Amino acid sequence: MKRFVIKEFLHIFRDIRTMVILFGMPVVQVLLFGFAITTDIKDAWISVVDPSHDQVTLAIQDKLFASGYFREAEKSNSPEDIEEQFRYGKIKMVVVFESGFGKKLQRGEQPSVQLITDASDPNTARLLVNYAGGIINDYTTSLNPNTPALPLVLPESRMLYNPSLKSVFMFVPGIITILLMLVSAMMTSISIAREKETGTMEVLLVSPLKPYQIIIGKVLPYVLLSFINAVIILIMSYFVFNVPMQGNLILLLVETILFIILALSLGIFISTVSNNQQTAMMLSMFALMLPTILLSGFIFPIENMPEVLQWLSVLMPPRWFIVIIKSIMLKGTGLFYFWQETLILIGMTGIFIGASIMKFKVRLA
Amino acid sequence: MNKPDGNKWKVIVVENLVKKFGSFVANDHLNFEVGGGEIFGFLGANGAGKTTAMRILCGLSKPTSGNVKVAGFDVYTQTEKIKAHIGYMSQRFSLYEDLTVSENFQFYGGIYGLNRMQIKEKLENMLSRLQLEAMRKRLIRTLPPGIRQKVAFSVAIMHEPEIAFLDEPTGGVDPITRRQFWEMIYETAARGITVFVTTHYMDEAEYCDRISIMVDGRIEALDTPAELKKQHDVSSINDVFLKLARKPARNIQL
Repeated sequence: MKRFVIKEFLHIFRDIRTMVILFGMPVVQVLLFGFAITTDIKDAWISVVDPSHDQVTLAIQDKLFASGYFREAEKSNSPEDIEEQFRYGKIKMVVVFESGFGKKLQRGEQPSVQLITDASDPNTARLLVNYAGGIINDYTTSLNPNTPALPLVLPESRMLYNPSLKSVFMFVPGIITILLMLVSAMMTSISIAREKETGTMEVLLVSPLKPYQIIIGKVLPYVLLSFINAVIILIMSYFVFNVPMQGNLILLLVETILFIILALSLGIFISTVSNNQQTAMMLSMFALMLPTILLSGFIFPIENMPEVLQWLSVLMPPRWFIVIIKSIMLKGTGLFYFWQETLILIGMTGIFIGASIMKFKVRLA
Repeated sequence: MNKPDGNKWKVIVVENLVKKFGSFVANDHLNFEVGGGEIFGFLGANGAGKTTAMRILCGLSKPTSGNVKVAGFDVYTQTEKIKAHIGYMSQRFSLYEDLTVSENFQFYGGIYGLNRMQIKEKLENMLSRLQLEAMRKRLIRTLPPGIRQKVAFSVAIMHEPEIAFLDEPTGGVDPITRRQFWEMIYETAARGITVFVTTHYMDEAEYCDRISIMVDGRIEALDTPAELKKQHDVSSINDVFLKLARKPARNIQL
């Protein structure tokens, strides 16, 4: 057994591609998702149409541009002008004040302000409206602290757990999940398939080693490496992106190990149905990666999916794990809140291991 | 060169071995015995059922019916014991290409339960016998095929098994290396290790103590090479083989 694990490590360390996938990818992915693929709003170009041009509207504009979210594009005066700017993608939003805005406000009436956004990118558009609405609302209420009724009817929303709506907070749990899935499932399935392909698996089967020893020997190094990977990602997200760690770290690590074992058992299952590295790779890519990214709720909210896909997403192990990580890291809740998800993961692990053993026995008979 | 038939002890005993896959009969009532220290050639065209029989003897697969004993152990119930007493080398390459010669020794020695000292001793013996001292730290990938094959054979018999199963060990190897390889087989058999070998090269069949020729799942011939040539009145085993194997009713890759 010990020899087996040593040998497996030698395979991994001698193969540059494996090493790159194992250790390069987590770092690159976290940095990519954290810095480049961000849905945060910073310096969005907006333009303002302000026919009233009074103290109030000017002050609101100052507030908007001081927030850091917005930056002023060239002034536009006619509606045609605005449309043109939208079409060229020069601006993301236009703030239109009604004329006599300040006076109306002083008379106690409700002046109106229009927020027009470029909703070809709906997420950004929604965020811009929220931000701008919040700023305008804050300012106008502060002018009339004694008016009970809100001068502008805007829903007041609070973003819990991620108040600044940082997308890194969303991505880190997703990335951990994807990488663990990739490293654990894909790498094990490929490495087992490689032994089949080169014929060494046959030699192992003829040896006195029992099948379970072969499997454990092959899988153990990946458990260790995947775990190290998960820790690297957590450290990076904590120190580079300041993702909070609200809950119990030990609990998170235990759940992570559970998920790694699940992914490994899935990898073993894939390798029992594929005879060479290519097949194993394709199966892992298409059967694991894409569904993991698309259906796990990592990028696209599950609630917005068609019902069929919602059902499909129930079958995706990452879906449950993402819930667990988010609960622990962002909400700081304990096992009591996600024991169901945990049980689902344990159950899935059992199913995959059982299926692999069945498949293995059939092949030997 | 020929040892007398019916050696002191029988390491392989096969009686009425039948293996079916659905309605397809891969092995049809095979009967043979192999004595200790014998070099037994197991010949047959592709799809004749050699591989199936060999897998059963190695404990990788169970017979449909019949009695099979390998190294004194039953293939139905004692496959674990069988596995500890046999060595196996396949036509496909059985060493890890991204490990060095000595790492392969350590790994295989380890899984057969040899300790560090024993492994080291075996490794040094092999290196000096094959004059490969300079290559111990070389990756298998960088060695020429002939040398790899010899190293693979040394690994397969490292734990002193009772029987070494060699599945087309000389495939794709040049004639000189094949010759050297067979010298290794002789040395091994002289130490009392039985060699059970399949091959496609008919000249190699001549080197065996006894050979069997399988056609369509049955053993059509079983005797010493000299006796077979006499029976069929031909000058080489190749001719015997052609005579027997000319009429295969099936040609399926197993």
